[in-house]
Amino acid sequence: MSRISDRFKQLKAENKKALIPYVVAGDPVPEFTVKVMHEMVRKGADIIELGVPFSEPEAEGAVIQVAHERALTHNVSLRDTIQMVAEFRQSDKNTPVLLMGYINPIEKMGYEEFAKLAKTAGVDASLLVNVPPEEGVELEIALHKQGLDTIYLVAPTTTDARAEYLCGKSRGFTYYVSLKGTTGASTINMGEVEARFNHLKQFTKIPMVVGFGIKDGASAARVAEFADGSVVGSAIVQIFADNKDNPNAIIESVGELVYEMRTAMDLVSVG
Amino acid sequence: MGKAIGDNTEVSSMPTADGRYGIYGGRYVSEVLVAALDELRDAYGRLKSDPGFVAEYERDLKNYVGRESPLYFAERLTQEMGGARILLKREDLNHTGAHKINNCIGQALLAKYMGKPRVIAETGAGQHGVASATVAARFGLKCRVYMGSDDIERQSLNVYRMKLLGAEVVPVTTGSKTLKDALSEAMRDWVANVDDTYYIIGTVAGPHPYPMLVRDFQSVIGKETKKQCLADYHQLPNAIVACVGGGSNAMGIFHPFLEDDEVRLIGVEPAGKGIETGMHAAPLSKGEVGVLHGNKTYLMQDEDGQILPTHSISAGLDYPGVGPEHSWLKDIKRAEYVSIDDKQALHAFRQLNLLEGILPALESAHALAYGAELASKMSKDEIVVINLSGRGDKDIPTMAKIDGISIS
Repeated sequence: MSRISDRFKQLKAENKKALIPYVVAGDPVPEFTVKVMHEMVRKGADIIELGVPFSEPEAEGAVIQVAHERALTHNVSLRDTIQMVAEFRQSDKNTPVLLMGYINPIEKMGYEEFAKLAKTAGVDASLLVNVPPEEGVELEIALHKQGLDTIYLVAPTTTDARAEYLCGKSRGFTYYVSLKGTTGASTINMGEVEARFNHLKQFTKIPMVVGFGIKDGASAARVAEFADGSVVGSAIVQIFADNKDNPNAIIESVGELVYEMRTAMDLVSVG
Repeated sequence: MGKAIGDNTEVSSMPTADGRYGIYGGRYVSEVLVAALDELRDAYGRLKSDPGFVAEYERDLKNYVGRESPLYFAERLTQEMGGARILLKREDLNHTGAHKINNCIGQALLAKYMGKPRVIAETGAGQHGVASATVAARFGLKCRVYMGSDDIERQSLNVYRMKLLGAEVVPVTTGSKTLKDALSEAMRDWVANVDDTYYIIGTVAGPHPYPMLVRDFQSVIGKETKKQCLADYHQLPNAIVACVGGGSNAMGIFHPFLEDDEVRLIGVEPAGKGIETGMHAAPLSKGEVGVLHGNKTYLMQDEDGQILPTHSISAGLDYPGVGPEHSWLKDIKRAEYVSIDDKQALHAFRQLNLLEGILPALESAHALAYGAELASKMSKDEIVVINLSGRGDKDIPTMAKIDGISIS
């Protein structure tokens, strides 16, 4: 059993939905990331999605692009990111951490090496934005050999046949991208997302979470009504942008936002 | 079997069904784009041999682009170099002044047949942007062009041209503010507007099927060259030289010759300030395999797999990647890849003005520099074809600046 499946099982038992915040490793400074990860867990995060900085984050909107640039001014690498997870694991053995990013740093490091280092550090899964399963066959073998989960995205443009294929390929959970667009794009039509989500649910045997367009307690709670979890990215990363010269203010504000979402989600799912 | 776009030699059986050229190519994209790429692949697969589509494409190449382009004997340059006969494939004489239009006509027609009212494009030197804006006007499509803000400064003439053509030019201020960033931004636009938007990629890179379809549309260059060379000189060229940024003009002229083993195919990358300085844009000469903008190919990257900034005097070659088929041709040693630095390109630029009365694009000047040197070492009964991929009007401000001359 992976840490991710354990976590979803536990949430189900408590009748709760997963809150999955995203931060970019090394944003705004490398020594800050582990602290903010712990703070998010304290305030109610169930799974941490840690962005691996990349120079060409093709699928990201402006907010997260700039976060990658901030991290890269400190040359934060894939190796450094994995090291941060190892540090996080020293005092948190239970919260799943997944690495989200682009394939090139992994190509450069080598699949086997990546899988081994990630496993040793306590990483639980990878979610690669620009690797549909067809392009990730060998990487997947390396990751599964180490017991790591591979998470794939399902998009609003995905056909039913392909959705079934993607859901079958995903391990840990499936990630439904709620809108056509980059991260941090405009408000989503929650009714449409719900309808599409409910249609796609038939294809997955594992939990399915929703990402993109979730920015506050209200939207997180709305998603919690139908999905197994909510991923929050740009809304959190925006706090980093607003306070990049004052990391302590970031910890506090991120904690507050996570707490607001946790509370709102729990009211819906438990209530 | 009727006519089809592209050609069907045995080597051209690449790519495989999943878009691979050996280990290169593929489709490394966000899931949102998978359906759009499937749609494009299927539409192109159907239309490339559709008589109506092929006829419309060929009619526009003839009457709108002005093809075929001459294969010109550069007599004085040949004399100066004292070796092989130098022939210039005059893509600079195409409508809009470069080879880019061959591809844009094809893709705008695809957009039209696929019922997409809006096109987007990325551009470096502005040539592809101008060509895209041009065909958008020609076919009544809405057009937005993404261009790095540094390139906008270097190529103000083309920026204004695009605006005259009714296109919206959007400056990209992220990353290095050049072609690679414009490409990323165009991909973001496509992800968000995939229902009504066709993305006209300007080179033989990007996710499958782009490298294949851009190559097919550009292969008209090589097909004409072969026919013209045989008709006028009763032999195939001994060498073909073309500049390589993303690599579309090179792939277009190389491809119909892939199975003619006696024809040397030479791609010229920009060495910028010198390969050894690191300030270049020559991934095939000094790069490593990686994944960028939807395909696996040779890239300029650091030890962490981050993409490196590039440098070239020519904005159109200023790209850290290269089309995947070039990477494959390099590995199987069917094509050779060399590099020419800024200084050598500038020399060739001036030389062609003085000896032939032709103003080449700085991009093409890289091919000229290598091709002329090569010719000087070959015998007089041999032939070197240099692909003169574009004209240099756009580069006049850059040149004037180098010469310290103020023009307004």
